Amino acid sequence: MRTTTATVTIRIPTPLRGFTNNQEIVEVQGATVGEALQQLVAQFPRLKPHLFNEEGRLRSFVNIYLGDEDVRYLQREATPLQPGAELSIVPSVAGGHF
Amino acid sequence: MKIKASLLAQIRAHGEATYPEECCGLLLGRSGPDGNHVQALYPVANRHAEQRERRYTIAPSDYLAAERTARQQGLDVVGFYHSHPDHPARPSATDLAEATFPGYTYVIVAVHQGRAGELTAWHLTPDRTRFEAEPIEIEPETTAVDQT
Repeated sequence: MRTTTATVTIRIPTPLRGFTNNQEIVEVQGATVGEALQQLVAQFPRLKPHLFNEEGRLRSFVNIYLGDEDVRYLQREATPLQPGAELSIVPSVAGGHF
Repeated sequence: MKIKASLLAQIRAHGEATYPEECCGLLLGRSGPDGNHVQALYPVANRHAEQRERRYTIAPSDYLAAERTARQQGLDVVGFYHSHPDHPARPSATDLAEATFPGYTYVIVAVHQGRAGELTAWHLTPDRTRFEAEPIEIEPETTAVDQT
């Protein structure tokens, strides 16, 4: 059976919506999480430096969730997507006083 | 950042309650061209595994839950707060190294000997090199509740 490219949605965190024409939810095509993210930054290139580092890898504080699951615990960027899948970009928030 | 004094009081109280450990939480509200308008708080547990007197972590699962709660109220996650126990209310090198996206407001409250003191607000510059101080505009309470 041939795999078809799924249409999926990506939820954009508030501060990044300035780079997506104020869209909270962006629709992209992608058979995997990695493909969906590449489509997202191809559509909105100014998003790229906020999500990916100079080596093209996701920044360490950027987590991608498929529904309620961190894709790090699935198959990372190779995680397959079903049509209608909902991805969220979720920051790891941390710090401290020295 | 625009916020009610009663919400600032809640951040201070959270910092005092978790002292000597750092408290943390999310700021819910709306983001506009003139900055972030905070309308509610979403306190969370400090999920850092150790040294919580000088480190805090907001779990991504807590962020997702906060985002859902915000959405139900027609709001967004517009920033975060945390305390600096026995340390000034200034972003540290750790805060900068761990910073997320420019556009979020980061509130820091200093808690000295268990008593909350200075409270400041910051945002990451677009080039990610430093935090810039953000003025705090106190907005009037909508209800006639005595917040003292």
